[in-house]
Amino acid sequence: MNELSASSRITYRAVMVRPDVARRIRGLSDRTLAWLFITPTIVLLLAINIFPLLWTIYLSFTNYRANRSNVPTIWLGPDWYQSILTDPDIWAAMQVTAHFVIWTVVIETVLGFGLAYLIDKKFRGHGMWTTIILLPMMLSPAVVGNFWTFLYQPQIGLFNYVVAFFTGSAASSFQMLGDVTLSPWAIVIVDAWMWTPYVMLICLAGLRSIPDYIYEAAEVDRASKWRQFCSITLPMALPFIMLAVLFRGIENFKMFDMVNLLTGGGPGSTTEVASITLKRAAFESWRTGYSSAFAIILFVTVFGLANIYVKALNKVKSR
Amino acid sequence: MSVDLTSSITRRGLADRVLRRGPLEAVATTIIAAGVVMLMQPFSLTLYSWSFATTLFGTVMFTVVSKVRE
Repeated sequence: MNELSASSRITYRAVMVRPDVARRIRGLSDRTLAWLFITPTIVLLLAINIFPLLWTIYLSFTNYRANRSNVPTIWLGPDWYQSILTDPDIWAAMQVTAHFVIWTVVIETVLGFGLAYLIDKKFRGHGMWTTIILLPMMLSPAVVGNFWTFLYQPQIGLFNYVVAFFTGSAASSFQMLGDVTLSPWAIVIVDAWMWTPYVMLICLAGLRSIPDYIYEAAEVDRASKWRQFCSITLPMALPFIMLAVLFRGIENFKMFDMVNLLTGGGPGSTTEVASITLKRAAFESWRTGYSSAFAIILFVTVFGLANIYVKALNKVKSR
Repeated sequence: MSVDLTSSITRRGLADRVLRRGPLEAVATTIIAAGVVMLMQPFSLTLYSWSFATTLFGTVMFTVVSKVRE
């Protein structure tokens, strides 16, 4: 009865379509229909991705300044690229970025894999602990930046009191965000706190993908736990670890929001990562052409790393 | 008339082994990684100056060779 009423409803709707429209739709080929559906997406992509990219490439070869748009634009060729790639200050910013990227990736990978290894043991309440560990990565970087600024306060900050409790020094004797030596480590700590859970999640997926029968075979062969870890766990989880390393590397290479909120690149330029230098050139000095060239250099680097990332991803998929 | 088949077979074998997606992608990946290291290393300004060209070359090469047959 129900089937009948459903089929009659469909027939009724089919009759409701105007015959000329129906004829027109029926006349379209599958290929045309497919183009009809994907055209809005392509137009949107061209408008918000491809056009700005091409425009930035064009601007990187000119003397254009966004705050003086009435000044005639002059074609400079690759002058900005030469200027950036021979500038010791930009080189220093790249080294600050390298310090940030290398240390965050190392700490996050070691801690993330360690946590994943522990969580994978399935002890009582491991689900609850997983949720608690994952909480930091669910927060917005703006929120994290703001509340870590309070935690790092020398007078009232909890971080200083915890360090003081363990070291015995006065809580106000050091400033994590105001000290030239400590501030690069302050941003590393915050990023590691926030993104270690993400690495843990990827590593956990890797560990869970290892079949149990391999461990059972190793047990039969009387392989020690350490031997099982070195010969089974680590090699089989390695593609996932590589994926996490690449992803965090790419993300931290273009890190801006959290560092800008925590230190703003200071004190001096000790935490001035590449994206902060770019922002200063683009929106404080208004050197639009110069900053476009710098943005393209960063883009090519990230694009290159993303290619490696996709290759690693395919390797993981093929497992 | 004699035809030297050995050399052509060897040449084709070498080309088959080298001109494949896997090894070429590995070379492109190494060039990209070298470019990124050159960009962020603290030792030589000359290496830093050539980093962009190296990364760009590696990226273009990767994009091209990813279209090569398996």
